[in-house]
Amino acid sequence: MPFIPHTEEEIRQMLDAIRVSDIDELFSEIPGDLHSGKLTSVPSGISEMDVGRIMLARSRQDGHYINFIGGGVYEHHIPAAVWELTTRGEFYTAYTPYQAEASQGTLQLLYEYQTMMSSLMALDVSNASLYEGASALAEAVLAAARARKKLNKVVIPRTVNPRYRKVVESIVRNQRIELVEIPFSVTEGTIDIDVLRAFDKGSVAAVVVPQPNYFGLLEDVDTLTDAAHELDALVIGLVNPTAMALLRPPGRWGADGADIVVGEGQPLGIPLSSGGPYMGFMCCRNKYVRQIPGRIVGRTRDDKGNEGFTLTLQAREQHIRRSKATSNICTNQGLMVVAATIYMSLLGPEGLRRVAARCHHNTNILLAKLTAIDGVYRCFETPFFHESVVRLDQPVTDVLRAIEAQGINGGIDLSEDYPELGNALLTCATETRTVDEIENYATHLDRIMSRRSLDPPCAEKVAG
Amino acid sequence: MSEIPSELRYTKSHEWIRTMDDGYLEVGITQHAQEQLGDMVFVELPEVGSTLGGGEDCAVVESVKAASDVYAPVAGEIVEVNDLLRDAPETVNNDPYGDGWLFRMRPIDEGELDELLDAEGYTGVVAADS
Amino acid sequence: MLIFERSRTGCTNPSQAPDDDSDISGIPTSLLRAEPPIIPSVSELQTIRHYTSLSQKNFSIDTNFYPLGSCTMKYNPRACNKYAMLPGFLNRHPGSSDRTGQGFMACMYELQEILRDVTGMAAVSLSPLAGAQGEFTGVAMIRAYHDANGDDQRDQILVPDAAHGTNPATATMCGYQVREIPTRPDGDVDLDSLRQTVGPRTAGLMLTNPSTLGVFERQILEVAHIVHEAGGLLYYDGANLNAIMGKVKPGDMEFDVIHMNLHKTFSTPHGGGGPGAGPVGVNERLRPFLPIPYVIDDGGEYRWAVEEDCPLSIGRLSAFMGNAGVLLRAYVYARLLGREGMQRVAEHATLNANYMMRCLEDKGVEMAYPGRRATHEFIVTLKSLKDETGVSAMDVAKRLLDKGYHAPTVYFPLLVPECFLIEPTETESKEELEGFVEALVEILKEAKADPEMVKHAPYTTPVHRIDEVKAARELDVAWQIPEN
Repeated sequence: MPFIPHTEEEIRQMLDAIRVSDIDELFSEIPGDLHSGKLTSVPSGISEMDVGRIMLARSRQDGHYINFIGGGVYEHHIPAAVWELTTRGEFYTAYTPYQAEASQGTLQLLYEYQTMMSSLMALDVSNASLYEGASALAEAVLAAARARKKLNKVVIPRTVNPRYRKVVESIVRNQRIELVEIPFSVTEGTIDIDVLRAFDKGSVAAVVVPQPNYFGLLEDVDTLTDAAHELDALVIGLVNPTAMALLRPPGRWGADGADIVVGEGQPLGIPLSSGGPYMGFMCCRNKYVRQIPGRIVGRTRDDKGNEGFTLTLQAREQHIRRSKATSNICTNQGLMVVAATIYMSLLGPEGLRRVAARCHHNTNILLAKLTAIDGVYRCFETPFFHESVVRLDQPVTDVLRAIEAQGINGGIDLSEDYPELGNALLTCATETRTVDEIENYATHLDRIMSRRSLDPPCAEKVAG
Repeated sequence: MSEIPSELRYTKSHEWIRTMDDGYLEVGITQHAQEQLGDMVFVELPEVGSTLGGGEDCAVVESVKAASDVYAPVAGEIVEVNDLLRDAPETVNNDPYGDGWLFRMRPIDEGELDELLDAEGYTGVVAADS
Repeated sequence: MLIFERSRTGCTNPSQAPDDDSDISGIPTSLLRAEPPIIPSVSELQTIRHYTSLSQKNFSIDTNFYPLGSCTMKYNPRACNKYAMLPGFLNRHPGSSDRTGQGFMACMYELQEILRDVTGMAAVSLSPLAGAQGEFTGVAMIRAYHDANGDDQRDQILVPDAAHGTNPATATMCGYQVREIPTRPDGDVDLDSLRQTVGPRTAGLMLTNPSTLGVFERQILEVAHIVHEAGGLLYYDGANLNAIMGKVKPGDMEFDVIHMNLHKTFSTPHGGGGPGAGPVGVNERLRPFLPIPYVIDDGGEYRWAVEEDCPLSIGRLSAFMGNAGVLLRAYVYARLLGREGMQRVAEHATLNANYMMRCLEDKGVEMAYPGRRATHEFIVTLKSLKDETGVSAMDVAKRLLDKGYHAPTVYFPLLVPECFLIEPTETESKEELEGFVEALVEILKEAKADPEMVKHAPYTTPVHRIDEVKAARELDVAWQIPEN
């Protein structure tokens, strides 16, 4: 019996002690007509060796691709020590640190994480994580609306990741919040500031400002922050944490800085892992600390005067505040925070800055190589961080499929979400890409595009 | 049994109400309520100038393990809040009927006061509670 | 000591970062960061020692018995970790095409099918990221269902007073008012009160069964009947699914929608507070509203369902497709157990709980629901101890730490005074269960002989009793560089 330690004799002794004849008798309070009988489509159990065989075959089936996809989560080098430490049983199999005295390891680590993250964002407070970036943005929208009691309008620019916008919509839909999308300049790829300025003062609860935006481009965050504050709206920064090692952090945007900041923490030592688990981060100014959801760790003393750590401000949370809690969130992404904290410690501020700089450097090379190809153009000349958009003279889906056959994931096809950009491809080269890999991508793309323009597939000939 | 001053009025939700010389009402939470909540760590106060309906939630008293809404005992306008509590929330524990008051309000209809509990009525509420 | 206090300017780990020769002239200098963040500059070995020593200040399943009621702290098989971390899964970007993820998606599809069988529901989506998000998903689907029927006067969700705090918090997030239903002294829902409360404004009832009181709700079919009769839907909080897996299916109890906590029932690690996974299952009438994405078997090829496949979907809850790595761990666990193993989980979790309960009862410890059969957990009440000695359940919990046992869940459910909710799980040995019983009985004796000693426990943990009031009043949530 997998993972059950009892011998037959022990089971007998236990049943005797309970004074029942068999285990089934323990289920006697369940009405008879509810006993469902056996499971039917769950397969029979197999050994660890056999499961291993299946998993190995399936992971090999998924292969290995040279990755130029970004779009919110990014391939970075993860030092070997990060997951060696993170999967130590004392972190991996611990519970949420409600019993502070039995959880000082996790609690101190979370306090260190909060310190690093709030400083990286140049804000006062960080929580101990949310699920991931998109739902973190939804929580920030809700927190801002709580802080701005009577206002319910939140401005989200179209330069925010389209999936994030959809997630926010799904989550805040039933809370009387009006999400207003504002357009971007099709030539610059950044938020159209005049549209923002046109809102009535005092009518907007918050404005979301991404940096970099979904296209990888750098927004004019100072002007945007000041314009939003001019409307008496809060500024919700949505940022990439790697970029913040290099770029001016949200707490220093404009005259007064952003008020709440969220984003996807995956770039900090968390593998891409086919979609998760990742972690959302959330920071804010002191005055909003009671509006934000999620666990927060505080440093305090024990009754002998020694330094110690504990979860604090728990009265915001569902297990105390129930229907009036800031959110229903309970479990967050604790283990991912362990990885992120160890990752930041191993890299240090200088290492993190170099990672960010190399990502930018490599993407610069990538853009130069790709745009040297006939039929490939820069979509925007705006400065970028480590991702940007190129326009092709052919449908992106077909080109990406052909590139994939060469073992390369070329990027994200934007034509569905942003038809106004034409055949647009969002592409990215982090510090893990070598110049050889970038050249290899360019060579294949050149070959595929020229072959296709000489000899398009039959379907297109007929259509054309 | 905790202290229940006879000159005050009360609500079932454990607020006390004192009618002041100028006709304004001073509102706080009772000795019994602060004992139940434990050490206060934060008090959220209403905005001065806001107008409230009777029974509307307008403040929050927060301890480590609980947070409780405070309700306006009658309809009225908030004229003053106890700023001392922002830095010293423990005052609610130490002196619930004195320096630990939460806010002062101008009632719209003084007749509503008659519907509040007197000390004896509130003693019954506390007894049923424990 | 904090990691920042070990930091020395100029200390770097060159093998972990690229060379400093990147060209960043393309970024306007006005947008560059001026001051470095407070991230420590420490060596690789210092980092390893620091975090290894921190880990040793934790209790964990790997080191201690952890009878936390409702949390299901059972052994997390290492195979699940190993096979979820294979490079093909780990390095795959979720933006890659479905063609490059057929191996991963096969696991996800099969997991959906396994969960469908376990719950007796018509369809499953794996996308919710934790139990609470699963709850949100479930209630959002209830709302979408009523809205689609034009039944928009339903603005209330009913929740038993014993429910997890996430239930009422979730209902609020979905725009509902919460109405509490009282529990009878024997632990079952008060049906008369339920009948009086349901009506045309009832959108649904959220229920955990076995309940959070450690007993099976015997009148579940009557409850279902009352709610359905009023036009409401029935929501199953799957926090305690491990107690009935392979014995009873929520679908057979006439639930319309359910969420599962894979970090409980399917033994994925708690990780010091996540990540979890909270898949949802629905019956036919809620199927059109399932969140995207979920895996579809499209003629032998797997693909993620998108908006076009399900126009009535409540939409997306995260940027990608759920906590993939957690789901893979649950899949491996399900394959290791198989159908027989799953049934044994419920049987042995129940055996262990009843055995512990009987041992404690025999030693004179008071149960909150005497005469009821324990499910996979049970509730002890220490109210008479508190009245007699002033020693609270929390004090006893802290003293248990000194004896090497993690405390049970304390002060939940809220309606039982001075309570312990104890869940031993199926993976603990008889010896371990007996050890805990002895420790608890000994502490109750200590409490009578020397209450002050117990009130100041623990004594052997890395810190003594933590001052939570100071933590909240003098908020210190980030370290600052000392001024000098």
